[in-house]
Amino acid sequence: MYQFSGRLKTLAIAFMVLGALGVALGFYNAPKTLEDAKEIMANQSAHGAHGNDHGETKHVEETHTEKKEDAHAEDNHSEENSHSEVIVEEVHGDSHSEGESHSEEVIEVKEVDEVHAEKLDTHASDNAHGTSHDDAHAEHVFHQLQNRPWAALYVALIFFLGVTLLVLAFYAIQRVAQAGWSIVLFRVMEAITANLLPVSLILIAVLVASFMHMNHLFSWMTEGTFTPGHENYDPIVDGKSGWINAPWWMIRSVFYLFVWNAYRWFIRRNSIKEDTAENISTYKKNYNVSVIFLFLFMITESMAVWDWIMGLDPHWFSTLFGWYVLATFLVSAVTTITFVTIYLRSKGYLPKVNDSHIHDLAKFMFGFSVFWTYLWFAQFMLIWYADIPEETTYYAMRFNEYKGLFLGMVVMNFVFPILLLINSDFKSIPWFVVMGGIVILAGHYVDVFVMIMPATVGAQWAIGIPEIGAILFFLGLLIWTTFSAFAKADPVAKGNPFLGESEHFHYYNIEHRGEDADAHH
Amino acid sequence: MGAHEASKVIHALYNDDEILMDAVKKVKGEHHHIEEIFCPFPVHGLDKAMGLAPTRLAITAFMYGITGLSVAIWLTWYTMIHDWPQDIGGKPNFSWATNMPAFVPIMFELTVFFAAHLMVITFYMRSKIWPFKEAENPDPRTTDDHFLMEIPVHGNEEELKTLLAATGAVEINVVDKH
Repeated sequence: MYQFSGRLKTLAIAFMVLGALGVALGFYNAPKTLEDAKEIMANQSAHGAHGNDHGETKHVEETHTEKKEDAHAEDNHSEENSHSEVIVEEVHGDSHSEGESHSEEVIEVKEVDEVHAEKLDTHASDNAHGTSHDDAHAEHVFHQLQNRPWAALYVALIFFLGVTLLVLAFYAIQRVAQAGWSIVLFRVMEAITANLLPVSLILIAVLVASFMHMNHLFSWMTEGTFTPGHENYDPIVDGKSGWINAPWWMIRSVFYLFVWNAYRWFIRRNSIKEDTAENISTYKKNYNVSVIFLFLFMITESMAVWDWIMGLDPHWFSTLFGWYVLATFLVSAVTTITFVTIYLRSKGYLPKVNDSHIHDLAKFMFGFSVFWTYLWFAQFMLIWYADIPEETTYYAMRFNEYKGLFLGMVVMNFVFPILLLINSDFKSIPWFVVMGGIVILAGHYVDVFVMIMPATVGAQWAIGIPEIGAILFFLGLLIWTTFSAFAKADPVAKGNPFLGESEHFHYYNIEHRGEDADAHH
Repeated sequence: MGAHEASKVIHALYNDDEILMDAVKKVKGEHHHIEEIFCPFPVHGLDKAMGLAPTRLAITAFMYGITGLSVAIWLTWYTMIHDWPQDIGGKPNFSWATNMPAFVPIMFELTVFFAAHLMVITFYMRSKIWPFKEAENPDPRTTDDHFLMEIPVHGNEEELKTLLAATGAVEINVVDKH
């Protein structure tokens, strides 16, 4: 039996405590009032960090200047559109044709999720015009700054929930596929899925907080979104209210989490029963339940992704989004299994795991990395190619405000693993696989970050104390739950009929270190 | 050692791959050179038992893939950006990078095409197989249910025969090789 070592316990607790402090600090530093937000914005532009507020105002003013010089400077508009996430549309009155004598213009500033419309008098003093715009903008930024600690928590939460859930799904696939190689890893996978219950509970708490309007993560929860005539009324989102409405959303969320946790509870209990079972019936029952789970999982995973991630951008939709998110978590889950396996093996707790098992896990890391890239690109390229405005805003926002992360993650999630893990010999060398795995995990955290942050904090993103704190907290939680669960059961799933095959698993192409060359053929 | 003896080989036939594997290990253990083994199907681990060097075919495929990728990049750049940069449906063709996503399907396919086909052709050339090539099979039974091990004779004919008989060979023939 495995003993959860004191040092690892201390590490897990230290991560959780430090992480919780970081998260708390994030909430403490978030602006409480509009005035706080303005102060933060002033500091930001003084430091030249995100000079978005000023840039935007200046941008609007520039357009006016051009118009004074050339009454028909319409060509400029197309260039301006690609300038930032702000789309400036000018509606010209009749008086416009008279050149400089135009009296009033309506300027619509459309932001990705929210629409601020205001009337501006061109001939009023520049100050007045600047201030009225700044006020609306300040409120917008205020909401984004308030969202930041919530979003930081949410990104890490969704990431770790997804990873844990996909370990469970991968495990169910191994059972259903009657895979012969992976039985010696079953207890590792089961142990990681012990993290599912705590993260599910935390997620329910965060979703309830959104439900209670304690944050602005989901813009469609804003009061008045579904009330015709209200200033926040959004006819597009209202058209989706049959699906996107808070009670039904909450019920669904709890249902998904219940299904997943129910399977995890059942299969863990019955897997341990399998160890001492006297006949094959326990194994068969576990097989059947896994088939049912996989069927339910594919449906609930897609729907959960619509609700928890795509729902952050209620104006946008994508058909293969559920698959794409699945791929992100699947490759991260396999990497996590690999890490825990390599660690436990190095400590001598998995004597039956050989280099071929590591090789197979690395093959899955490689293959699913390419699969992720395929889906990422398929989604991006279809939207880029057709360039329908209602779909393109999603990527325009990400490309303009998150360019480094957006492009960097393709390098981390595709180029790096493909070059590192394509060589068959390297795939069984633990330190090499760990190196690739660290980049893969970081890359897929960035992927989730780029899914969630633009819709919640927009340009006000950073990777600072709240974000790192949230990662540390959930990492500590994962370590704690995984290793304490691993210590509670036999490290070998003894009753599985494929155990012998798994113990003697050998991929023909590689030499096992520390094993006689004649030990197998 | 006469020229006559040098062209002589022993053909030992086996009818089971497990027995063959043990025989190979035994013959290698006695430090005899195995010229060739003919099998009706792939025997896992035979190459390692014989001490054959691993194939480098995968490395050539990787390089062919890079070649294909380069060809695709050059092709799309030359035709779409450099030679005749038309505005086709508003696609940005100011530089190769701005229109890159549209070229990815071609880049992917040409990479795979080059890697696959050139690797197969390399395999044919290295294995010396082509249409109308005369078959080099020493005994037609080796394509059906027998395994044949060929060992050159260097004046040690009787010793080899005894050794091979002890490994479970069902038939041992001394053959003049031309």
